[in-house]
Amino acid sequence: MEHAIETTELTRRFGGLVAVVKLNISVERGEVFGLLGPNGAGKTTTISMLCTILKPTSGTATVNGFDVVKQDMQVRKSIGIVFQDPSIDDRLTGRENLYMHANLYDVAPGEQKSRIDSVLKLVELEDRADDLMRTYSGGMRRRLEIARGLIHCPKVLFLDEPTIGLDPQTREHIWSHIEGLRKAHDITMVLTTHYMDEADRLSDRIAIMDYGKVVASDTPAALKEKLEGDVITVNTKEASKLSSVVAGTADILRANVVGGGLELTVHGGKALLPRIVEAAAKNGIFIESVSLREPNLGDVFLHYTGRAIRVEGGEELHGVTAIRRRRIK
Amino acid sequence: MTEIRGIYTLWLREIKRYLRDRARIVSSFVQPLLWLVIFGSALRVLVSIGELTYQQYIFPGIVGQTLLFTSIFIGISVIWDREFGFLKEIMVAPISRFSVFTGKLLGASTDAMIQGILVFVLGALLGITVNPLILGEALPVMLLITFGLVSVGLIVASFIESLESFGLIVNFINMPMFFLSGALFPVRGAGVPNWLQIAASCNPFTYAVDALRTVILGGSWQPLFPLYVELLVVTCFDLAMITIGTWAFGRRK
Repeated sequence: MEHAIETTELTRRFGGLVAVVKLNISVERGEVFGLLGPNGAGKTTTISMLCTILKPTSGTATVNGFDVVKQDMQVRKSIGIVFQDPSIDDRLTGRENLYMHANLYDVAPGEQKSRIDSVLKLVELEDRADDLMRTYSGGMRRRLEIARGLIHCPKVLFLDEPTIGLDPQTREHIWSHIEGLRKAHDITMVLTTHYMDEADRLSDRIAIMDYGKVVASDTPAALKEKLEGDVITVNTKEASKLSSVVAGTADILRANVVGGGLELTVHGGKALLPRIVEAAAKNGIFIESVSLREPNLGDVFLHYTGRAIRVEGGEELHGVTAIRRRRIK
Repeated sequence: MTEIRGIYTLWLREIKRYLRDRARIVSSFVQPLLWLVIFGSALRVLVSIGELTYQQYIFPGIVGQTLLFTSIFIGISVIWDREFGFLKEIMVAPISRFSVFTGKLLGASTDAMIQGILVFVLGALLGITVNPLILGEALPVMLLITFGLVSVGLIVASFIESLESFGLIVNFINMPMFFLSGALFPVRGAGVPNWLQIAASCNPFTYAVDALRTVILGGSWQPLFPLYVELLVVTCFDLAMITIGTWAFGRRK
């Protein structure tokens, strides 16, 4: 079967900086493909090349079988994009924005009304459609942008950080819209995100990018399984001391000192937990609390990128082993 | 068909935005009012040009000035669109860059024309001899002038990233074009310095203002060049600017 998206050695440089390095990915038809990575990993640059906004420095890519450089018009017609940053005209109403999009994408005038009504219904914005966009909340704008991306029935929909900066209720809402879309429409989606829960919930397959390269690619379940190990988090003020105490213990695969404690990736967490507590007590280390859990996608991410993701505003999620900022627009 | 629909859509957007911005419409009255009433009345006592009063003389110049300032300044909307992300929506749409440019050009030109027509209304209220017939003759000339000037603004906007620099650079273009055009004083004849005459004849806007004066003042004005020569110069200017503008919009990073 022909792939929805295929890239071959796709590369993009900005002056001396290489944002995307010889990227080879392929996305199957009908799947949701998650592109994960820290800020500046090259996710948005990759999407921009696939959407024909940026020209590749070298390498090729096809979207829906069309070359992104030579057949850019065909690519544009066959894709929908929800950009990372807002891209609506806030002086127009929601409906006016949608009509404008329908006209730009050559939707037949006779079909426009019904298509617009149906996408408005999908994102539950029928009541507010005739209000100016500037009166919309952040979540409503995002929903309208998703609706807009669907008017011309694209075969591939790009969602660049679709829920960034939104509250948990709105995120949940948008996720269920995305899940609903996937069931009801024959559509391939490419999703970039910083949020591990989002990637885990929505994606069929995930590629983790760092420094412009794919460092791991598989289904979320398989990626978690590959880590093979439970995570024990010990909250203590003497994390580094504890780390040297338990170092060398069999079954401890990795130890990371994180903010306010020690994070251990281990085999057989249940059996190991009492021994760790005992070792701490023997060495006079006071433990505030301990917890045990199975690995999640955040652990996978940390494992491959060696540092935790930084969310908006630069707040740290977990310990950051190396802070390197390479923000690319 | 796609392209024409795209152009129409972009045109319609500009018009809707313009008509919803009441502050812009009201403020568009103010500048020509200041020039015609204060400047025009004050100098009327001192200056008369041939049989014309000074106010009559500068009226076509102020029509031209309004077109010049509004047209070039509308380029700022491209920077706003870029800043607020809307430009991306247009740039990834499956229509050619020529259509994107044309849609913007037609929309902005319509805005500028509305401003220009408002100056006529103002002129009539101030007792300057204008009538619908004169307006009818002036409109095609105004439109021709507007295309080139709007293109200049769009070209500047496609190279400039920030709103602040746009304002600065536009002033460097607007002001010399305005002062060296004969909008406020004659740029040919005895007593006009030689350098000024040369500078004015290099300024495409001089021909535009003189063409406007020819159609608005009729027989009481002695044109610098025959009307068709002036219109030809303006047309060449338009074509050059539209070509550069389409190229500037078509650049893909």
